[in-house]
This record gives sequence, structure tokens and C-alpha cells, in this order.
Amino acid sequence: MGVSPDIQIVTAPEGAGGEGFFATSLDKAVGLARKNSIWPLPFATSCCGIEFMATMASHYDMARFGSERNSFSPRQADLLMVMGTISKKMGPILKQVYLQMAEPRWVIAVGACASSGGIFDTYSVLQGIDKVIPVDVYVPGCPPRPEQILDGLMRIQDLVQNETLRRRESPEYKALMNSYGIE
Amino acid sequence: MESNNADHIKIVERLKERFAESIKDAAEPFGMLTVSVERKDIIAIISFLSKEEDLGFAFLTDLCGMHYDTTDQLGVVYHLHNMYSGIRIRIKTLFPKSNPEIDSITSLFEAANWQERETYDFFGIIFKGHPNLKRILNMDEMDYFPLRKEYALEDGTRTDKNDSMFGR
Amino acid sequence: MIEPIEQKIDQRNLNTINLGPTHPATHGIFQNVLQMDGEIIVSAESTVGYIHRAFEKLAERRPYNQITPITDRLNYCSSPINNMGWEMTVEKLLGVQTPKRVDYMRVIIMELARIADHIICNSILGVDTGALTGFLYIFQEREHIYEIFESICGARLTTNIGRIGGFERDFSDVTWKKIEKFVENFPKALGEFERLLNRNRIFIDRTVGAGAITAEKALNYGFTGPNLRAAGVDYDVRVASPYASYQDFDFVIPVGKGGDSFDRYMVRSEEMWQSISIIKQAMAKMPTGPYHADVPEFYLPPKQDVYSKMEALIYHFKIVMGEMDVPIGEVYHSVEGGNGELGFYLVSDGGRHPFRLHFRRPCFIAYQAYADMIKGSMLSDAIITLSSLNVIAGELDA
Repeated sequence: MGVSPDIQIVTAPEGAGGEGFFATSLDKAVGLARKNSIWPLPFATSCCGIEFMATMASHYDMARFGSERNSFSPRQADLLMVMGTISKKMGPILKQVYLQMAEPRWVIAVGACASSGGIFDTYSVLQGIDKVIPVDVYVPGCPPRPEQILDGLMRIQDLVQNETLRRRESPEYKALMNSYGIE
Repeated sequence: MESNNADHIKIVERLKERFAESIKDAAEPFGMLTVSVERKDIIAIISFLSKEEDLGFAFLTDLCGMHYDTTDQLGVVYHLHNMYSGIRIRIKTLFPKSNPEIDSITSLFEAANWQERETYDFFGIIFKGHPNLKRILNMDEMDYFPLRKEYALEDGTRTDKNDSMFGR
Repeated sequence: MIEPIEQKIDQRNLNTINLGPTHPATHGIFQNVLQMDGEIIVSAESTVGYIHRAFEKLAERRPYNQITPITDRLNYCSSPINNMGWEMTVEKLLGVQTPKRVDYMRVIIMELARIADHIICNSILGVDTGALTGFLYIFQEREHIYEIFESICGARLTTNIGRIGGFERDFSDVTWKKIEKFVENFPKALGEFERLLNRNRIFIDRTVGAGAITAEKALNYGFTGPNLRAAGVDYDVRVASPYASYQDFDFVIPVGKGGDSFDRYMVRSEEMWQSISIIKQAMAKMPTGPYHADVPEFYLPPKQDVYSKMEALIYHFKIVMGEMDVPIGEVYHSVEGGNGELGFYLVSDGGRHPFRLHFRRPCFIAYQAYADMIKGSMLSDAIITLSSLNVIAGELDA
């Protein structure tokens, strides 16, 4: 039963295979499954949120990367996409949403405002969300084009694929969480 | 006030006739009638402008604050609009920064509610009679009024930007 | 038909629900704390300011031509309208008369931006009632509008389009072809979208009667734009105080009757048809001529002159460094934004940046009425009312 040549399937990770079985390490299998089914939590606050809507729409479809179901509930999301300016009033709320997410969780800061405050170097804007939560990928742009947002998502997919299963219990990760005041 | 616009002249005359001691100045910068008034009669003046048949400025377009640091005065600027005739009028009041109180016009226009809160938030102008005068856009714990000229734009406590590189 | 239910409320049985800052149905971050009696909302208290970016203080630091990028971020769904409004304000202060061609080009861009804004509002209103299909199909048209903006100024969303005095370059042939193709294809797409929702039994049941407001109350609350026109008042800044040669165009102002969400949806939908008609008229009678006014102090001179003439070099230097002399005075100019009268109150003291710049933001003023509009209605109607008011968080908080 051969596969038709114009159907794309995911490349298998390294491992040994034979008639009816395939052996690989658990890390790689879990990584492969996780990376193609990331459920994002769109935390869209301003203009980057509109570019996110364009990314989700049919032209630059984000669902082809596995992010079909946008979860607005932090409990059911894997990836927190912070899109837009976060002000100091919003900082504690962002942190609370991050805390409510279950491990493993990733954060992508979309846009200049989320990465570093952007053009708003003012008294009321948080100069980058990495002041309150740890960030995995930063996507620059004001606003970034949908292709850039998808590139950021693909970098997250690389991180998800190559992450070891024990990373979240390691002392370095705990030190990182402690530096943000998160237990 | 010298003007080519008969409507503007008539409006200023009606105002001066009724509130002779409160009207300080009338001008027409860039075509918009601008009247400077004292703050004590502000509710009466705006009510007169909005309720009189022939004046009819029944729409509050805008309400904002001002800070003149050279004369150490705060001010409030009202923009009113008569939709039937298309005439707009700007009412300006100035008062010293040491005593920043003025009556609130929320009883006349509901639209003034949040705009007065915003003016309080930015300049510290107290609107007497406002139903809910507290900060609206900034955090409630903020202890200064940021749009006053003596305060800087940037947050002084930020650590990641090198001011000498940014020309500040 | 939804009618608010009047009954005796037992104060002890009220439920407090936080329609919090992060909620899928609030398009933007604003919070409403609702006191509910079962499913009926008894009272609501709104909190805004979660995206306050201090535009007005920021504008006091920047020279006039550098403020255009921050006006983009006010109502970011239709940023060209904000840009044009700001440029017209500065032109009013300087006393500059733009040539007709500039006016017509501005009209085309502003109407395209208005269509983009109304597409978002109407399709998201559909999504909130559960109709996702319309959103996916009509958003493709927004991609075409983005392509047009990109061919003019290089950016899709936050456009920073035009300059004080006109445009930096004439529209290219590619742009004209794209606009023609858009004008040809959009009516079909909009017709499809309307056939999905306009006479849809479920949509009508959800939206008719939700969040109704009378004309007197709307005027007292300072409503302008489609929200006011749905209540029955035909006030449109393009007709009342025409700017950019809008008086040359022939269009109608759609007006509703009940001021409820269905009327707001229909007014916006009809405005899109009117915008297409205006664009067609502008393209048909496009005048020839220069694409910018003669204001060398504000308008970058062409590069050949910068390298050969002394005055052009000095103007270029001064404009890029932001050293420009403007008359002292105060001016108020307003344009018809996607949500209503977007006003700019500019006070200048002759220096290189404004002494005070205040934005009259229609969303901020209209959102005050929200707590009043949803009293007595059910929670799902409150969501529909919020969607149909088209509150954009960037414009709300500025």
C-alpha cells in the first residue's frame, strides 16, 4: 500500500524500523506529536492582533501548522501568543494568564511592543513582556507580516520538537521561573 | 472681536449680553469661534449655549485639559457643535494650578463623564459634582498627573534603555 | 425580538461576573464587572485603560511629520483615515491648499480604509453570533485592500500613508490596476456575505433589539458615526463639514431607525456599498496635476534637487531632523473615521513639536454608554452589543 507522491507526510525521526514497527526515543516521538498540534492562546491586545487575524484567516492559514483550535482558556492552551502592547496595568493580568497555563507551555512575543515596548517608550507601557514572564521566541515587526508570525510559530515548533522530556523539572528551568517570581 | 462672520458676531454679542463679567476674550483662530471665559459660570454658560433656541450648541464634541507651564495655569477646553447650522464653538477656561477646581458639566451632557475623568487623570483638574471622579486610563495607584509639563514622557525606573544613546 | 425584562430584583441574589480584560468576545482589552440576576444584567461597571500608550504625551515630544506613525495606531483597522486626518489638521494650521488630485487620491484611500474597518466589524459580529463562514470569506477582500496599501506605502496595516501636503509619489500603474480589480470584484464578495447574514433568521433574532439606544440619548452621549446613524440621526462629517473635496461626490448616508445592533450592522453594510460607489466616481473623474502641494518646508524635495540645489539640501536636512516652523495657534479638524468623528485638537506654540495635541476619539466617547445600553438585557445580548459598537481598544485608550 504505497503513499501517493503528492501527499506530504511528516518526515520520521531517527530510529530503527522494520515490518510493522518503528523504534525511536520517546523524546523524539513526543516532540513530533507536540509540534504539529500546538494550541495557541491568542492574547491580542492591539494592532498585531489584527495581523494575527489575517494570519488565522484563509490566505495565510495558521491551521496548516496544527494550530487549528485557538483556545481562549489558558488551561487548555500550549502556546501563549502575546500580540500587541502590554501596559503596566495589564502586566499582572498577563502574568496570571501565564500562571494558569499548564506545563509544557511556550510564549511567543509578537511585535515590537511585546518584545521591548516598541515605539512607546512611555510611562505607562511595559518595556517588553519579558519583564513579567519568560519568553521563548520574539518576533520583531510593527506589525510583523503574517509570514513573520508564521516563521515565529515555526521556530516555536523547532523548540517544541527538540525539547527534552525532563526539561521542566530541571534546576535551570526552576531557576528561570524563580527569577520571575513564579514557583 | 473683528470678524466677517455675522453668526459669530451675533453669538458673541448674546454671550456678552448675558454673562458680561465672565467673558474674557473672543477670537476666531483658523475660522473657529473661540471664547475665553472665567470658570465660575461655566455650567451656566454651556447650558445657555446648548439650550437657547437660536444658539443651539446641543452637541459636546470634545472636552480636554491644558497646562501652560509659562503662566502656571491649568485649563479646560470645550468644543461644542450646532449640528443644524454647522457652527462650532470653542470655550476655554484657565485657572491657576494651585487651585484646579471647576464645575462638572455631566448634568448637561453625559458625554462629559469619561472625558472629565480623563482630564482629571492627565492633569489633576478636580471636577466638582462629577459622579465618579477617579482615574480612568492610568493605574489607580499612580500618584502624579503625567500630562503636566514638568513630568517626563519616559518612565524613570526603566533599566533596559540607555538614555545617553537615545539623545535624552 | 428581545425585550428587556422589568422585574423586582432581590438585591441579595445578584451574581457578580467579570467580563474580564481577556475574553474572546471582547475585541480588545476592556473589563466589565456585571451584576447579574440570573441571566439578566442589573448593572455594569466598565474599566478601561489596559492599553493606555500615552499618545498625547508622546506627541508633545515628536515633530509634526513624525506624529503620523502614532496616529496609525489609534484606530488600527483603518489607519489611513487617521493619517489623512492628521495631515489635514497640520495643513489647516499651515494654511496649505492641496491640489485636487491629492484630494481625490486621499478620498480613494480613505474609502478603502473605511471598507476594511467595516469588514472587520461586520464579520466579527457574525462570528460572535456563531457564523464563522462569512468571516473567512470576506477577510480575503481585506487581503486585497492590504495589497493596495502595500503598493502605495509599503505597509499593510500601520500605513503612515501620505505626507503633509500630499503624497510622496504618485500611484503607480500596479496600484491603479489593483484598485480597479478590487472595485470590480468586491461587490460580488460583499453580496455573498450579505446573503449569508442579512435575512438569516438566527442572525436577525440575535441582533434585533439588542442594545437599542434612542437618538436623544445617543446625541447626549456624544455618539457619532455608524452608531449614531443607526439611531436615526444623519450626521456625517463628510457631508456636514466637507474636507478633501468630498462635496464633489454623490453618495447617500444610510440611517437606521431603532439604534439596535441589527441597524448598526445594516448601516455599516450599506456604507460599504456607498464607499465602492465613491471610489468608482473618484477614479472616473480623477484630475491630473501635482500629487503634492507646494510646501517645501514640510515635503521632502526630490533627490536630484537635494544633490544640486542649496535650498533643497537645507529643506531636506530640516525636515529629516524635525526642525520646522509652524504658525502659533490652535486648530481643530475632524474627519469621518470608521467609528465616527475623529477629531484632532492641535495647539502649537511655533516650535518643532505640538504644544498640546488631543485626539477626540469616537470609541472612547461611545463606550461610556455601554454600561447604560446593556442594563436589563441578557448576557449574550451584551456581547452582541459590544461587537456591534465596534470598539477598537487602541482608539479607546490612546
